[in-house]
Amino acid sequence: MKALRKFLDKQKPKFQKGGKLHKLESTFDAFETFLFVPNTTAKTGAHIRDAVDMKRFMFTVIIAMIPALIFGTWNVGYEHYLSHGQTVDFLTNITYGLMKVLPLIVVSYGVGLGIEFLFAQIRHEEVNEGFLVSGMLIPLIVPPDLPLWQLAIGVAFAVIFGKEVFGGTGMNVFNPALTARAFIFFAYPGNMSGDKVWIADKPDTFSGATPLGNALVGNLKDLPSAHDMFFGYIPGSVGETSTFWILVGAVILLLTGVASWRVMVSVFAGGAVMGLLFNLWGANTYMEIPFWQHFIMGGFAFGAVFMATDPVTSSQTTKGKYIYGFLIGFIAVLIRVINPGYPEGVMLSILLMNAFAPFIDHLVVQSNIKRRLKRATVAVNK
Amino acid sequence: MSTIYSIKKGLDIKLLGGAEKTVVDLNSRLFALRPDDFVGCFPKMLVKVGDEVKAGTPLFFDKYRDEIYFTSPVSGKVLDIRRGEKRKILEVVVESDGKNESLDFGKSDIASLKREDVVEKMLKSGVWPVLRQRPYSTIAKSVDVPKAIFVSAFDSAPLAPDFDLFLHGYGKEFQAGLDALTKLTSGKVHLNVHKKKTLSKEFLEAKNVQINTFQGPHPSGNVSVHISRIDPLNKGEVVWYISAQDVLTVGRLFLTGQYDSSCMVALTGSEVKNPRYYKTRKGASVTHMLQDNVKEGNLRYISGNVLTGSVIEKDGFVGFYNSHVTVIPEGDYYEFMGWLAPGFSKFSISKTFPSFLFPNKKYRLDSNVHGGPRAFVATGIFEKVFPFDIYPMQLIKAIMVQDIDLMENLGIYEVDEEDFALCEVVDVSKTEIQKVVREGLDLMRKEMS
Repeated sequence: MKALRKFLDKQKPKFQKGGKLHKLESTFDAFETFLFVPNTTAKTGAHIRDAVDMKRFMFTVIIAMIPALIFGTWNVGYEHYLSHGQTVDFLTNITYGLMKVLPLIVVSYGVGLGIEFLFAQIRHEEVNEGFLVSGMLIPLIVPPDLPLWQLAIGVAFAVIFGKEVFGGTGMNVFNPALTARAFIFFAYPGNMSGDKVWIADKPDTFSGATPLGNALVGNLKDLPSAHDMFFGYIPGSVGETSTFWILVGAVILLLTGVASWRVMVSVFAGGAVMGLLFNLWGANTYMEIPFWQHFIMGGFAFGAVFMATDPVTSSQTTKGKYIYGFLIGFIAVLIRVINPGYPEGVMLSILLMNAFAPFIDHLVVQSNIKRRLKRATVAVNK
Repeated sequence: MSTIYSIKKGLDIKLLGGAEKTVVDLNSRLFALRPDDFVGCFPKMLVKVGDEVKAGTPLFFDKYRDEIYFTSPVSGKVLDIRRGEKRKILEVVVESDGKNESLDFGKSDIASLKREDVVEKMLKSGVWPVLRQRPYSTIAKSVDVPKAIFVSAFDSAPLAPDFDLFLHGYGKEFQAGLDALTKLTSGKVHLNVHKKKTLSKEFLEAKNVQINTFQGPHPSGNVSVHISRIDPLNKGEVVWYISAQDVLTVGRLFLTGQYDSSCMVALTGSEVKNPRYYKTRKGASVTHMLQDNVKEGNLRYISGNVLTGSVIEKDGFVGFYNSHVTVIPEGDYYEFMGWLAPGFSKFSISKTFPSFLFPNKKYRLDSNVHGGPRAFVATGIFEKVFPFDIYPMQLIKAIMVQDIDLMENLGIYEVDEEDFALCEVVDVSKTEIQKVVREGLDLMRKEMS
């Protein structure tokens, strides 16, 4: 390691001010800090600092996604061979899945990180690690057969217009991964919705409808068993199908304290309340499905665990988090059942609440301010 | 029986190198006052190098508040006036003659004194600066009548010294000091003790004060926390506060008429060979206590605790408001893939390092920041260590954009930079939060004056 460090120390001046490659300073810095935690010591304030930094924070989220990613990769293969009437061994499924999923990951990271580096360079800032998570999320929420150029355009749109125009990581209003998905969804609906896209290279004779698609048209008898939906042996976006493996990720996020349990729990609570309300109403067969089935269909669990909890775009106050999460779950199920156009409502629901999160925080903070003013008035009148 | 205030949010950072309860005399020859210890103070010198002084002889005063004198803690002669950039005065060093003679300010019977008498005597002797006010943490204004005075009987910061030991055997002086303080406020003098740590009768049997009991992790000993629970500060109000050891100085002034700044200082930290207590006077040089008493390596010497203290040189001086010196390793090293490695010996409030499995482990932490500065991303983490009815992230952002109305509305008067020290420690984005808060407080002070 010493040789590597020596090499970096030797190269560093070239990238610093006055050096030949100063324009690439952010890029050099990104690689240097990837290899070595910097030697910066506390200059002001507290003399000791928590060992966690943004890299580890973000990396923990990636680790939490890995179970869903591995299962999703396998499932891409499994669903493909199933649609062809074949059952093959684990390795064959995974290999097929990798052939579909790896390019998605490579394109997502390549395009996204490229733009991030460029913007960091222009701003003379260090490269933020936010996209490490977004870049992994995006492949998990698109269908396996999505044309790569469409993915690339979606990612570019999300990073530039969803994030960088707001000032970069930490300043964005909308979840970048969902912005990418929404862009692709509306720009290329043929590849992002319907019954045909959720299984890779599916023969036309095989019905590839997702449980949500079936449920929306009232076709409840074709729903897979709850067991299959929970463990994820169903068609869908790459990483969203297995509630079980998503929950494993949730446990990692909550144990490490990286994601907010308040948001996660509230999303499920909101979905449950809306589901129960529909059960009471019972105007059609879809309304009558047990509320918990919403959790194991489509992207509900994935949205609740990985999307709604994005600390930048969610509410930032403790009380706000409960309201924000609850409304996401509530509106997601509402869209699913009432809206005839889209079978899935989680993406739109989270994006909608992203827009409202600052307003929720504003209300919560205002109540704190009012409380303080009231106390002051009481003290004056005493 | 007093009410028990239980602080839930906070964090005790367990460090190696707590002081053993042995007290030795520190034979320090040099003592110094550092104008930077006093928020907003602009010193005007009253002595020259070589002048003979006694304890209580004014060394300088504050240009903007000329009633406040800063006096020599010992008798001897002025050895040096150290200046920095733009001739800013950094330290006024006095060489002690070992006699500890004080100017005589006259004994007095506290019970018969009026408020003005107490104020005058404290100002004249240079004891006054031990009284600080909230908001802003500046030296108290003698024309203000605070709604309450807060005395902390414990410190909850990492490696904090034991206040019981400081006061052991000084019950009379302590009570006299408290009695003098009661003259200064229209309200109560609050003596805030810790449910488990405070055991001594000097604290628990103190009279003419309201004793409040606190428990819970740091910052349960911070005065802002006490104020917020007992008598919250509103706009336009002022409270004063003073450390328990300084109450002794006040007491001695009235009992003996002398400025006697005797105090104890704890030497702590993982890099100290024999962490223990020293008997000395205010502003003592740390040279003698560190001699042959620290381990090898590149070290950081801190006057105060690791959260809020200030860096001093190896031959520096203990700060006016500090009773505690900490020595930790510097963290100026690169760590290969440190963000990815398991990190069994790393401290983190997040449970992303396996060290969380050992909650009672004591750490040897260095000054490395462990990462580069980033935009605010993680949310909710500050709230875990910030026990106020204040939104820390929102307040910090309001300060950063210098929105004065919003800062006021969000409660800036109720806090001090030290209250944000834990936020700064746990911040994933590595923002210099205490500096930001100090800038906010300075801005408010200027706008409001």
